Amino acid sequence: MKMCLFHFREMESTNNNLSIQTEKLTKRFGDFTAVNEITLEVRKGEIFGFLGANGAGKTTAMRMLCGLSKPTAGKAVIAGYDVYKGTEQIKKRIGYMSQKFSLYEDLTIIENVSFFGGIYGITSSQLKINSEALINRLGLENETKKLVGSLPLGWKQKLAFSVAILHQPEIVFLDEPTGGVDPVTRRQFWDLIYDASDAGITVFVTTHYLDEAEYCNRISIMVDGSIAALDTPSNLKKKFATESMDDVFYELARGAKRTGD
Amino acid sequence: MDNTSGFSVVRNQLFSFVRKEFYHVLRDKKVLLILFGMPIVQVLLFGFVLSNEVKDTRIIVIDGAHDEASRQLISKLEASRYFQVDNISSNESEIEPTFRQGKIKAAIVFPLNFQHDLQHGNSAQVQIITDGTDVNAANTINSYIISIIHDFSSQEKIPYRIIPEVRMLYNPQLLGAPNFVPGVMAMVLMLVCVMMTAVAIVKEKEMGTMEVLLVSPMRPLLVIISKAVPYLLLSLVNLSIIILLSVYVLDVPVKGSVVLLLSLSTLFIITCLALGILISIQTDSQQAAMFASLIGMLLPTIMLSGFMFPIENMPWPLQLISNIAPSRWYYIIVKDVMIKGAGFSSVWKETLILVTMTIVLLAISMKKFKIRLA
Repeated sequence: MKMCLFHFREMESTNNNLSIQTEKLTKRFGDFTAVNEITLEVRKGEIFGFLGANGAGKTTAMRMLCGLSKPTAGKAVIAGYDVYKGTEQIKKRIGYMSQKFSLYEDLTIIENVSFFGGIYGITSSQLKINSEALINRLGLENETKKLVGSLPLGWKQKLAFSVAILHQPEIVFLDEPTGGVDPVTRRQFWDLIYDASDAGITVFVTTHYLDEAEYCNRISIMVDGSIAALDTPSNLKKKFATESMDDVFYELARGAKRTGD
Repeated sequence: MDNTSGFSVVRNQLFSFVRKEFYHVLRDKKVLLILFGMPIVQVLLFGFVLSNEVKDTRIIVIDGAHDEASRQLISKLEASRYFQVDNISSNESEIEPTFRQGKIKAAIVFPLNFQHDLQHGNSAQVQIITDGTDVNAANTINSYIISIIHDFSSQEKIPYRIIPEVRMLYNPQLLGAPNFVPGVMAMVLMLVCVMMTAVAIVKEKEMGTMEVLLVSPMRPLLVIISKAVPYLLLSLVNLSIIILLSVYVLDVPVKGSVVLLLSLSTLFIITCLALGILISIQTDSQQAAMFASLIGMLLPTIMLSGFMFPIENMPWPLQLISNIAPSRWYYIIVKDVMIKGAGFSSVWKETLILVTMTIVLLAISMKKFKIRLA
């Protein structure tokens, strides 16, 4: 533990412009190594795509970065805090949108916004400003009293993302945020991601859609718990001498031993 | 923005969470129905319909004597609201077929020289025959008849006869409700607290919102507490409904201290909430949580708390198991405080057991919860 603390200070002093920094981060469940020594750095305001087949270890890695799961070994500094020691501080500085739809369907839009504002400790005056801005940005002024369950899926996801950044976090983690929505809505969703990134929020996103990978500043591709590639989409395509992300992905995933969840 | 662990933030989190939880409950008609419809139905059902109270029970009389004394006693039986004399005959062979047809619950046989024995002997005999397949009902009917006979002989001022004395303690009118109200209270609170809490927490897991909550700066312990608080409040409302119903509809007053009854009930509610939390941590789907609550909690409450079946009559393994059913102890508390009017000094042991159970349950829950988080 002392080592980690020391390392965290060292890393913080040298890399102030980094939001996420991991070194040989590992998670084992018994004999099974779900995440094997991953090392990566994500700059502030960057949109970082986290790709991999099902079972490659994406979700486990992300859970460690969010503080939902304790790493077995390795180091990680999130938003300037050590992942072992500073969980409380990290939680205040990150937002999270889970794979499953993460708002309450039986609550209205405004009730959901107030609830998440409340548990993130936003003062009521600040919450009023933030939620008004959120509603205006999404153009939902007339729908605030509608139950979230009655909204179309695309709207729900946009709302969930907006709620995840309601407290103006330093980093937002998105776990397959655009599952099941049409390409047009997906494009609109990505506009929101760009807005957040422009506002300085680091976006860490896992996805299945390879066209979405193109929207990211940099991507990493996980295979069997390890990072098999990490670069900008154009560099990766150059490296694998191909025009499409699909080919890059299949080239890397072909050697995977693990399948399924 | 940065003092996110201060008191005002925690209060804010708790308030937002409890409010949200009330939205869930108040918007779900099924939950509302279970919450408030169930206690009312249960109290009325057990109080009126399922009570083992004897009312208009059909009997036959085999009157071999046909004398003044037997006739007086028969008319006394008929006059009571408990019995309805179907047939007066002198043929004993009629008894069995009528029993078999299920027409009657009891038969009373007067011997040939009933009045003669009464006046000249030391005592007269009356035979009471009841249906032994339903032991509880038979016992009750037996004691009703005996008390009517007792009543009759004391009216007649015949001092030299030995009458079996039957006295129903704490329930002199032989009403059914006092036996059921404490049981229904235990059952409803158990159902609401254990099942509702377990299902509500597991629902967040199932929907994926639990992860979002755990990523948030709200402490996991506080998440669990705020999840339980609304059900504590709702259970207190429920409890008040049951007590009011029992006092004003079933005529079962609270004999002891209302404050004591309410505080010990709150303790039992917390025990149940702890159980609900433990179930919710151990299960991953609403169905599993509901199943565990029903099979694991409701059945033992009905079967082993002693309100349906006397614990003394159970085989010893079941008697042993009944000790770990919290409802067993709560049932004793309510019976003592509400029906008998006892004070804290007579229920401190049961209280201590409930407190210990709660602490153990919460400790296990916290440990399991931490393991799941790691």
